[in-house]
Amino acid sequence: MGVEMLSYIDKKSPIHSLTGATKLLCFIMWSFAAMLTYDTRILLLLFMLSVTIFVVSKIKLRDVSFVLLFILIFLLINNIAIYLFSPQEGVKIYGSEHILFSFTERYNITLEQLFYQMNVTLKYFTVIPAALLFIVTTHPSEFAASLNKIGVSYRIAFSVSLALRYIPDIQRDYRNIALAQQARGLDMSKKEKLPTRIKNASSIILPLILSSLDRIEVISNVMELRGFGKNKKRTWYSERPFNRKDYIALFFVGVLLILSLFVTFQNGDRFYNPFS
Amino acid sequence: MKKPIIEFTDFTFKYRSQAKPTLNQINLTIYEGEKILIVGASGSGKSTIGHCINGLVPFSYRGDISGSLKINGKDTRNEGIFALSKMVGTVLQDPDGQFIGLSVGEDIAFTLENDCVSQPDMRARVDEVAKMVDMDNYLSHSLHQLSGGQKQRVSLGGVMVDDVDILLFDEPLANLDPATGKHAIELIDQIHQEWNKTIVIIEHRLEDVLHRHVDRIIVVRDGLIVGDSIPNELLASSILEDCSIREPLYIRALKFAGCKISPDTNPEHINKMKLDLYKDKLLHWYESTNERVQAPISAPVLQLENIDFGYQPNRPILHNISFSIEKGEMVSIVGKNGAGKSTLTKVICGFEQPTSGRILLEGRDLTNDTIKERSLTIGMVMQNPNHMISKHMIYDEVALGLVVRGLPDEEIKQRVEEALRICGLLPYRNWPISALSFGQKKRVTIASILVLKPQVLILDEPTAGQDFRHYTEIMEFLVKLNNLGMTIIMITHDMHLMLEYTPRAIVIADGKKIADALSADILTDYTIIEQANLKETSLFELAIRAGVKNPRDFVHRFISYEKGVGRKWE
Repeated sequence: MGVEMLSYIDKKSPIHSLTGATKLLCFIMWSFAAMLTYDTRILLLLFMLSVTIFVVSKIKLRDVSFVLLFILIFLLINNIAIYLFSPQEGVKIYGSEHILFSFTERYNITLEQLFYQMNVTLKYFTVIPAALLFIVTTHPSEFAASLNKIGVSYRIAFSVSLALRYIPDIQRDYRNIALAQQARGLDMSKKEKLPTRIKNASSIILPLILSSLDRIEVISNVMELRGFGKNKKRTWYSERPFNRKDYIALFFVGVLLILSLFVTFQNGDRFYNPFS
Repeated sequence: MKKPIIEFTDFTFKYRSQAKPTLNQINLTIYEGEKILIVGASGSGKSTIGHCINGLVPFSYRGDISGSLKINGKDTRNEGIFALSKMVGTVLQDPDGQFIGLSVGEDIAFTLENDCVSQPDMRARVDEVAKMVDMDNYLSHSLHQLSGGQKQRVSLGGVMVDDVDILLFDEPLANLDPATGKHAIELIDQIHQEWNKTIVIIEHRLEDVLHRHVDRIIVVRDGLIVGDSIPNELLASSILEDCSIREPLYIRALKFAGCKISPDTNPEHINKMKLDLYKDKLLHWYESTNERVQAPISAPVLQLENIDFGYQPNRPILHNISFSIEKGEMVSIVGKNGAGKSTLTKVICGFEQPTSGRILLEGRDLTNDTIKERSLTIGMVMQNPNHMISKHMIYDEVALGLVVRGLPDEEIKQRVEEALRICGLLPYRNWPISALSFGQKKRVTIASILVLKPQVLILDEPTAGQDFRHYTEIMEFLVKLNNLGMTIIMITHDMHLMLEYTPRAIVIADGKKIADALSADILTDYTIIEQANLKETSLFELAIRAGVKNPRDFVHRFISYEKGVGRKWE
């Protein structure tokens, strides 16, 4: 089975050739730019740019389709929740009310609310491609080095990258355990009713934890035996030096961030108001 | 006199979590440049000796120490694990588990990274070490693409990068197919000779390690050192038998023949051993033992017809595999790492669907049966019991498969107790599983399959990581099941197991069946041995060198004789 979520996808593209640290910094600045603003014009610009970058990276949509679907479902739930808990948010923000139709006094559909929720959705769409790209185009070897480079302690950086690296191994374990349990008659296929399936699936958890603990003991012994944690610093075999491309990318995203902050805060309001 | 490099003096160690000391008043000196093998059963304390040398004891595994352990003249307690790692390099048993880097170069470089070596120096040193272990053409390869032997080389490189004086190998042969294991022993020997390191090997597969010379063998039992001698003397003594460590098969055969092994005859290597003293007795024994009895052919229970399988259409993993297993047979499936053995069992159990071909159980086509339906007739026991156990109590674990089938409580109780009784676990039925040893856990997993009353039992590496006593225990248990009429198929790397317990073996190489014959015939056929990464049996060599007319028959007779002896023990 070739389902390996969120692992490195090897392609030759300008995005891949940037160093991990550059991508990480760009991703952070990009997220700041998108998170701080509700200005629809900026969000639209960022969205179009992120789609462009995604195309440039040569990553196919189907490579990340599973995660994407997961995020989209989450986004949908988020949108529904916003409406349920705060159906008048848009009216409050934009200070006007264009009712399209209404169910009750509180739960009506206003242009303002729709516009507000569209902005929220747009934020997601701006950040998602950047986040996915950072993960799937950064070689795992470089990942820890780049976290370390921007100041994260190397112990934490290494733990994070180790955790990411073990995802495929744990998926393999999971699959093996699931098959073993099915071979004892614990059906997890669609033939079984959902509550039973969930109960049966829970029988995978304990073996999975046990086998993961074994793995952790071995790897932590090995790391210690080979001197991990000896010094305050460490060097990285697969770290790459910055070159011109990296500076250009950082400059470009930096300018975007400043531009976004400037446009957002020049009129003292984070929201772009088309209704006034 | 050579300089001592490792010195245990009245050394006692007790793990904090245990009541009794694991090592008791040990005195052991290892000299610079020596090559030492430490053998002992599971729980004898041999791994703890290794942990003391590399510093995991007392720095990772805490406990109480008395006496002293000096490495290079320094007491380890005052050194710390990092200082020790500059003197002792450790290669652990599972190459996959100990890789930290993703590529070959990165993994070798790990120690250097931690020492803050600058990148240009690091790359130069990695290149140098990769040449030493002959992996310089693979630096950018991902570790997953490598063969078992190459992985061993990389893990060796990873510790050699530090220019340590002592290399410690903790069960280097576990998880390797026989031929790869042989290469690993050759590689260790080559490193020993070329770079003049002190080598300590901890391993219970004595015959395999003796493929190359070792200077001394240390035997550990119950935390004590009960043997410390050159191999020739050890093999001539009875220490191995007493400590339940498996003797080399040729020594066993000689002992069967009533020979008293003398250290002067160089029993360390079968191909250099002086056999004049033993020849007559051996030939006499050969003549006096019985011909083997051919088992009567019964009805086939499991048949595979032209099975093809592959995850991708152009890269077949199994190609045109057909065989038939008779009812009540005990069969081995052998072959090199990655030959497709595990995939074959997955296809049989229905975890994967073959691209073409049929699987028949008692003549009925299984193709459209689900995993669950097949599990009623074919039981599968995985290699790692921790992958199967999902309950806390033994009874619940064994009952699980029946509970989900919704059987009445009475019947469940009766069947579970019967399975536990067969597995010798009935007294423990209300114990938590965590209180069991590895071998007992294995039996729990077998019991949890047995309750389902399958007709065919498939076991993946049933004895991996077991010492001789547990190995014998598990195998004798399987023989008992087999005598009750259960058909048993085993996937194994253990040539002894294949030879002694399964009359017939099926050999898989590169996804194809290359042999299906008597085990003894396979292990005396050099073409098959080479193709499938197996290892010839030393019995064959012994028979040839002793001038037995039909050496292959000698192997057959040895096995049936040994089975007879085994039955007398029961």
